[in-house]
Amino acid sequence: MSELTLTVMRLGFLAVLWLFVIVAVQVIRSDLFGTRVTQRGARREAARPQQAARQAAAPPQQRGQQSGGGGRQRRNAPTKLVVTEGTLTGTTVALQGQTITLGRAHDSTIVLDDDYASSRHARIYPDRDGQWIVEDLGSTNGTYLDRSRLTTPTPIPLGAPIRIGKTVIELRK
Amino acid sequence: MSSTTNPSTHHTSTIGAIGAPSRRNTELALLVFAVVIPVFAYANVGLAINNQVPSGLLSYGLGLGLLAGVAHLVVRKFAPYADPLLLPLATLLNGLGLVVIWRLDQSKLLQSIKQAGTAAPRQLLYTAMGIALFIVVLIFLKDHRVLQRYTYISMVGALVLLLLPLVPGLGANIYGAKIWISVAGFSIQPGEFAKIVLAIFFAGYLMVKRDALALASRRFMGLYLPRGRDLGPILVVWFISILILVFETDLGTSLLFFGMFVIMLYVATERTSWIVFGLLMSAAGAVGVASFEPHVKMRVQAWLDPMKEYTLSQAGVGGHSEQSMQALWAFGSGGTLGSGLGQGHSDLIRFAANSDFILATFGEELGLAGIMALLLIYGLIVERGVRTALAARDPFGKLLAIGLSGAFALQVFVVSGGVMGLIPLTGMTMPFVAYGGSSVIANWALVGILIRISDTARRPAPAPASNPDAEMTQVVRP
Repeated sequence: MSELTLTVMRLGFLAVLWLFVIVAVQVIRSDLFGTRVTQRGARREAARPQQAARQAAAPPQQRGQQSGGGGRQRRNAPTKLVVTEGTLTGTTVALQGQTITLGRAHDSTIVLDDDYASSRHARIYPDRDGQWIVEDLGSTNGTYLDRSRLTTPTPIPLGAPIRIGKTVIELRK
Repeated sequence: MSSTTNPSTHHTSTIGAIGAPSRRNTELALLVFAVVIPVFAYANVGLAINNQVPSGLLSYGLGLGLLAGVAHLVVRKFAPYADPLLLPLATLLNGLGLVVIWRLDQSKLLQSIKQAGTAAPRQLLYTAMGIALFIVVLIFLKDHRVLQRYTYISMVGALVLLLLPLVPGLGANIYGAKIWISVAGFSIQPGEFAKIVLAIFFAGYLMVKRDALALASRRFMGLYLPRGRDLGPILVVWFISILILVFETDLGTSLLFFGMFVIMLYVATERTSWIVFGLLMSAAGAVGVASFEPHVKMRVQAWLDPMKEYTLSQAGVGGHSEQSMQALWAFGSGGTLGSGLGQGHSDLIRFAANSDFILATFGEELGLAGIMALLLIYGLIVERGVRTALAARDPFGKLLAIGLSGAFALQVFVVSGGVMGLIPLTGMTMPFVAYGGSSVIANWALVGILIRISDTARRPAPAPASNPDAEMTQVVRP
């Protein structure tokens, strides 16, 4: 067998061997990233530029009002409502000062397709300070904030689960 | 930044698996690759030595491919979520070993001094038996946690296996080490199987005792000193490994067992002091035994000054070995890219050229580049074992996986370190690559257990129990 063929085979074999090692490492790499990490903090950071953009787009006098009237309170205000469990999982509603009604009735802001919900179940609205409040509207099965049943209109902490039948929603920045 | 009002929501993160693919097709693709590489190597050896494609190419290729295919189908059926890399990596190593053993069979020199020329078909037979055991493990071991029940039976079994070579009439003293038994014409090395059985015992024992070992200790000079009664087992294991060393003159096996125990102890307790103790005790034991056991003493001398040993051996002085130096020369003449398969002269090592010293042939014919790839493949097997241990959800599986992969890693280190002159040479075999039935069969069983654990570990978790909070709101009221 000619010298050249053998040299080519020798080098080719080493190349193939290393190729196998590299392919194996690629498989490991795809395995390493096989988990999904949901970082609450990261999501907040991601939401921040959006918020900043909205603030910049707001009319000047309103911006002035925001920075004047309790800026810290404002900065921690939730910007959206997220459905985390139930048939509507993944739905988000931007919070822009309007009242949000929840229930099976067709004119609700969030129409719950849920046998355990009443037609007018609850509403979420901002009070004068911009704090978001949840109020049960006399539903049959009740509205739960964390694990306690609501009896009076209650301020909603960020990220606290509000449970209506099979649906869970929470407020996020 | 503004994390004053509700800190609990800020740093929470949840980790969930994405749909947990089974990755069996990846395994199949890699497996085809792992069979094609040895076939290529086989053709290369034939062309280099005999100037023609060897006549056995089809039968060897099909044989290896068939075995790998059957193993893959069994994994697909009985361990569908297993790690996709373990089987192809082991197959590739086994195939490369077969090729190099066959290449040494072709050597006229080796044929003239012993019944060489038949090692490769036998190794293929051993491979078939190994894969058969692998399949048996996967089919009958439905859940590795069953092994936990046999903790103390494993201890007795391992001790029996280790002591078998010392039984008169059964044990065989081959080349200065009493680690074989001969049954019905076959010589078996029980130590290879004892490795797995002992790992089962250590895992079961440490799972129960790890809290006592980790917590009930006094702090002294920055080290955690364990209580005497907790130190007992490590002393017993150390003593047994020293006994093996003395009576069977098998440095490698005793190092392997003691090292495996220390690794598992460290993983179970997270106490660095165990590693310090382990290193001190193994060093003391090795130095003590080496100072009065002639066989071990000779090995140490060959390690410290291989050239002197070589000269003495060439001068005809008995009791000296020329192999260490020859292995170093083989690595040296291989250089970076090697001399090419079938074109080296590592058959000059003669005795044990295809078992203990097979790495020297790899070093000469594939060079540094080939040896590094080979060691990386071993490294990947160990990495997959450790990864399996990390992913395992039960402590027994974790400890067993880390013990088995630790033992595998130690064995590779002890053999390759010995052949390359880093540590004294020991009579152990390179897993999968070296010629030897016990080694190949036992290591296939080891990979089988690792695949079983990884299947359990990577299987998607069962759906979480329904949230108790949900019961309150999902009530149908009159």
